[in-house]
Amino acid sequence: MSHRLGTGGRLIDRARPMDFTFNGKTMRGYAGDTLAAALLGAGQVLVGRSFKYHRPRGIMASGAEEPNALVGLGEGQRYEPNQRVTTTELFPGLKASSQNHWPSLEFDVGAINAKLWRFFPAGFYYKTFIAPRPFWKHLYEPIIRRSAGLGRAPDAETHDADRYEQIYAFCDVLVAGGGIAGLKAAREAADAGKRVILVEQTAHFGGRAVVDGLEVEGQGAEAWVAAQLAALSSMPGVTVLSRTMVSGVYDHGYALAYQRIADHTPGAEKPRHRLWRIRAGQIVSATGAIERPLSFAGNDLPGVMLASAVRDYVVNWAVSPGKSVAVVTNNDDAYRTALALHAVGIKVPAVIDARREATGDLPARVRAAGIRVIEDAAIRHVEGGKAVTGVALCRFNSDGGAVIETLSCDALAMSGGWSPVVHLWSHCGGKLLWNEAGAFFRPDPARPPLGADGKGFVTCVGAANGELGNEGEAPMLPVWLMPAQASYDLRAKAWLDPQNDVKVSDVQLAAQEGYASVEHTKRYTTLGMATDQGKLSNINGLAILSDALGQPIPQTGTTTFRPPYTPISLGAIAGEARGGIFQPLRKTPIYDWHAARGAHWEPVGYWRRPYCYPKAGETHAQAVSREINQTRKAVGILDASTLGKLVVKGPDAGRFLDMLYTNVMSTLKVGKCRYGLMCNENGFLSDDGVVARLSEDTWLCHTTSGGADRIHAWMEDWLQCEWWDWKVHVVNLTEQFAQIAVVGPKARALLEKLGGDMDLSAAAFPFMDWKEGHLGDIPARIFRISFSGELSYEVAVPAGQGLALWERLMEAGAEFGVAPYGTEALHVMRAEKGFIMIGDETDGTVIPQDLGLGWAISKKKADFLGKRGMEREAMVSADRWQLVGLETLDGSVLPDGALAPLPGKNDNGQQETQGRVTSTYFSPTLGKGIAMGLLHKGPARMGEVVQFQNASGGTVAARVVDPCFYDKAGEKQNV
Amino acid sequence: MLLLSCPCCGVTAEETEFANGGEAHLKRFGPGSTDAEYEAYMFARKNPRGVHFERWRHAYGCGKWFLMARDTMTLEVYGTYKAQTTEPPAELQAHIKARRPEWEGF
Amino acid sequence: MSEAVSALAGARGSGLVELADAGVTGMITLRGDLPLLGGALESVLGLGLPGQRQVVTGQRGQVLWMSPDELLIVLPYAEAPGVAAALSAALGDAFATVAVVSDARALITVTGAQARDVLAKLMPVDFADFPVASVRRTRAAQVAAALWRESETEWKLVCFRSVASYVFEALATVAQPGGEVGLYR
Ligand SMILES: [Zn+2]
Repeated sequence: MSHRLGTGGRLIDRARPMDFTFNGKTMRGYAGDTLAAALLGAGQVLVGRSFKYHRPRGIMASGAEEPNALVGLGEGQRYEPNQRVTTTELFPGLKASSQNHWPSLEFDVGAINAKLWRFFPAGFYYKTFIAPRPFWKHLYEPIIRRSAGLGRAPDAETHDADRYEQIYAFCDVLVAGGGIAGLKAAREAADAGKRVILVEQTAHFGGRAVVDGLEVEGQGAEAWVAAQLAALSSMPGVTVLSRTMVSGVYDHGYALAYQRIADHTPGAEKPRHRLWRIRAGQIVSATGAIERPLSFAGNDLPGVMLASAVRDYVVNWAVSPGKSVAVVTNNDDAYRTALALHAVGIKVPAVIDARREATGDLPARVRAAGIRVIEDAAIRHVEGGKAVTGVALCRFNSDGGAVIETLSCDALAMSGGWSPVVHLWSHCGGKLLWNEAGAFFRPDPARPPLGADGKGFVTCVGAANGELGNEGEAPMLPVWLMPAQASYDLRAKAWLDPQNDVKVSDVQLAAQEGYASVEHTKRYTTLGMATDQGKLSNINGLAILSDALGQPIPQTGTTTFRPPYTPISLGAIAGEARGGIFQPLRKTPIYDWHAARGAHWEPVGYWRRPYCYPKAGETHAQAVSREINQTRKAVGILDASTLGKLVVKGPDAGRFLDMLYTNVMSTLKVGKCRYGLMCNENGFLSDDGVVARLSEDTWLCHTTSGGADRIHAWMEDWLQCEWWDWKVHVVNLTEQFAQIAVVGPKARALLEKLGGDMDLSAAAFPFMDWKEGHLGDIPARIFRISFSGELSYEVAVPAGQGLALWERLMEAGAEFGVAPYGTEALHVMRAEKGFIMIGDETDGTVIPQDLGLGWAISKKKADFLGKRGMEREAMVSADRWQLVGLETLDGSVLPDGALAPLPGKNDNGQQETQGRVTSTYFSPTLGKGIAMGLLHKGPARMGEVVQFQNASGGTVAARVVDPCFYDKAGEKQNV
Repeated sequence: MLLLSCPCCGVTAEETEFANGGEAHLKRFGPGSTDAEYEAYMFARKNPRGVHFERWRHAYGCGKWFLMARDTMTLEVYGTYKAQTTEPPAELQAHIKARRPEWEGF
Repeated sequence: MSEAVSALAGARGSGLVELADAGVTGMITLRGDLPLLGGALESVLGLGLPGQRQVVTGQRGQVLWMSPDELLIVLPYAEAPGVAAALSAALGDAFATVAVVSDARALITVTGAQARDVLAKLMPVDFADFPVASVRRTRAAQVAAALWRESETEWKLVCFRSVASYVFEALATVAQPGGEVGLYR
């Protein structure tokens, strides 16, 4: 059984014990422990159940590569599933719970799956559950969802209690990995005066060298590391970050680094994670290597661990995985584990070596310590249920039929050799070479990922570059299966990917079934697709597949390495963007007033506009009707500040606008307004609005609320990239002005009451004129335009005085019965008048002619944007859907977007249609539902009754009518 | 994520400051053009595997459009230049040719 | 008399840096050939023409280089309309545009030794290459902004009025104590 040793542990502070709970049971660890070390130290070998077979699982590794030991951490607002115990630092009061078991970790019903393993081969889900289709949705999926999966998701009601942030950083050299190679690279760059960021994913620097007590530059590794860190930290332009992992390398030297600031101090007033968005000239990957497991029957049992991890636990945390620990290997390095165990008094019954003979210096030292070395041997199978009780051995070159010996032990350290961590090299296209001697892929320096200058921007150093520091050791023996010719029963219990429960036999079956591509095999078997992304299983799986396909490993190749290296939190990806600043919220100068009056909001792009102002006890529909009635009978005011306001100025401004608008703007007289349409080069309607000519060379173009930035960019595009010799400036003044529409029969009286220097009388200020002056003492520009059919003025004032004007209008308007109205009343009133709305009547495929707006298209102009597009056959066809008004026979409101079906099906088997509803409202003015729609040859079908679909599968009959439902003669707006 | 250098304001910044505008050096065909010309202008794009000329706007910066020669395979940036031109500068073309001798030219 | 109000109504914040609404501020956009604009600037305000991405500060205000054909003048709010009219007059019939944009913007002052660390959390800018009296147009979180450096520790950030509270809140969020970075020392 695993346990804490009486002395030692270079990372723990025995003076600071820390209590934590695992599945509710209180345990004790020490400051400096990882949760893995603390669990093993407390004797907890079984930590979870596997994904598919619910096999008992323990801790296999000591770092980011851990496949098994995932737990749910924390509770309530800080609960998080699938956290690796090996990368979780212990803190007092930590609460962890095991996953994927029911009813308990010790007794799990799902483990029955393990007994039925013959029925769960590779691709089982694909094969079994695909047909009949309905069974998937109603039967298979719910059952699988309940019994499979890893941790449970946090409760929907909880909100992450922590805060997160990001930071942009720039450097000449980013070094990923704080082992010896990384520290050397960082020091070298810093000494050369470069700006350096050095990151290390764990809380400690030094990598393996400090664990194995190696010497660096004639100094003990521990002391050397401390000296380098001290030097680097004092150098200007050097940033050293621990608990920070480079999660991905992207184009042109971009890298993301994930800093876990407060995971080990939850509740601290700090951001929990910080995502570093780094742009580096060069990236040095000093990410080390990961030890490979060996594939033998029962290699997933709790107590079977990587040999290097065993060493880490012993040296760093004074934890032994057992009282008696056997070692199995194909290389010399694992002998270090035997020596480390021996040094702290743990019994090592034997080192089992697959090689014919173990002759190097390390085996000699092991033998000298009195430890047995069994050569040319293999683990036939591991004995035990929820923990290792022993190992049965056989000859390596056999099928495992003959057991040569059984050893008693309660833990097993295994080493199948090492694989460089080439992820960062590979993320952005770096290619790999197969190293025959070490049986691993390493970076091919001739084919690095390329930067903006076409040169490589990633280099790998140390073990990540395949320099394992094993010079002088005897060659390793590639071992992909143990014993080499293991029988089917053994192969079917030899795990490749313990997290996703993929075995040697599964990969072989996939090959048998014709899966020749490594990418397909990965998806079919799910090998390497778990949260550890196959850090331990990748090479072993490739080797098995290559063997089954009868081809060398490099020919099989690897699957694609994709970021992130290990999972990063969604919080870090969101950064500060949550709650009120999840996205920009654009506020008009009158926003606070609306909010204080309980406005119900409508998002328009990033703007938030009042939809209506419900009074106590009013529904939204009632509020909208009241606002319309008050406006049509007295006076209403609308915050129209969001309207785009683009000033177009210069000697060529008129000519430019004639190209942008479908009608002629150059002939507009100073002091006048004109409605205009803009199309894209397809001829499709893109935006509309009123244009005012401010002076001989200056026009003010109003755009739709959502269109200001888009149209501004559109204008700049044409000016900069097509007509760059035209003398035109465009200035976006959208936000310079608050704009308030004053609408209704009492509008003039209300404005006149505010006083000022403008003559607002009908004679002096006719429809479609504009004036500049003061309303009271507020400088204002007034446009006499109407989107409602009423007497109407739009008043623009400096934004900083918008609220003041609004409040004056409300105050002065009391005697006239003024009401603020929102966007819904605006929409209903424009629909009553048959005015189109960009985005309702248009959808990017509608030309102005479809909407009866042919009158706004110049016949005289030789050219304008969209003119050529409108001349295409399909655009001039008589077969188009065109705008009509629609009145239901029963007075009801048509469903928005409803289609008018025709008998028959189209080529895709869909119902044929002849039209659709584009705008539909209850009109309080008319007391019934009104709508607009696009109908096949609509204007020629006035009076016809057409059926529209409703939500319940039936139809609603509507009569085709003129789209203008209210005051067609325009008498009301022209008074 | 690309790193771009704006020739208009001299800033080198990450892609999130910019907006891509598709293929550069398109010739506009308006009224009077044939269907084939119009189609080529509106819809036919080179989409090359290799050297590519494209439009970018420094949308969050100086607001100016500029053009960039880039390799769609390696993401190498050969250079950026002003948008007010109908073809890439000669020096840039020479530079691309030196980097990619197999390039068929603009 | 109606007084203009700023979007942030005098908001202040304190954390790793001091944040303050600079209040109503006069701003004028100038478009045109820079040498042409420079002449008008000199005659009306006695200010020199800033070099690329530079800020010129004088008695009557500041001029910021915004693009190859655009300058931004920053001056007291009340003076903006008059100065704009004078500039227009000075430019006469030349092809140039003068527009008062005082109300379209919000101006936030960010002060403190950690200002660069805080700003770097929202802006993709290398602050090691950002001398005093230079200006950078970029992104602040998800919106456009311009930033200039007044001194070693004082920065001015201008954004559109409608997103002033978004930017201020984003700055206040990343300036909370506990978020110290130490990237720029
Ligand atoms: Zn630029």
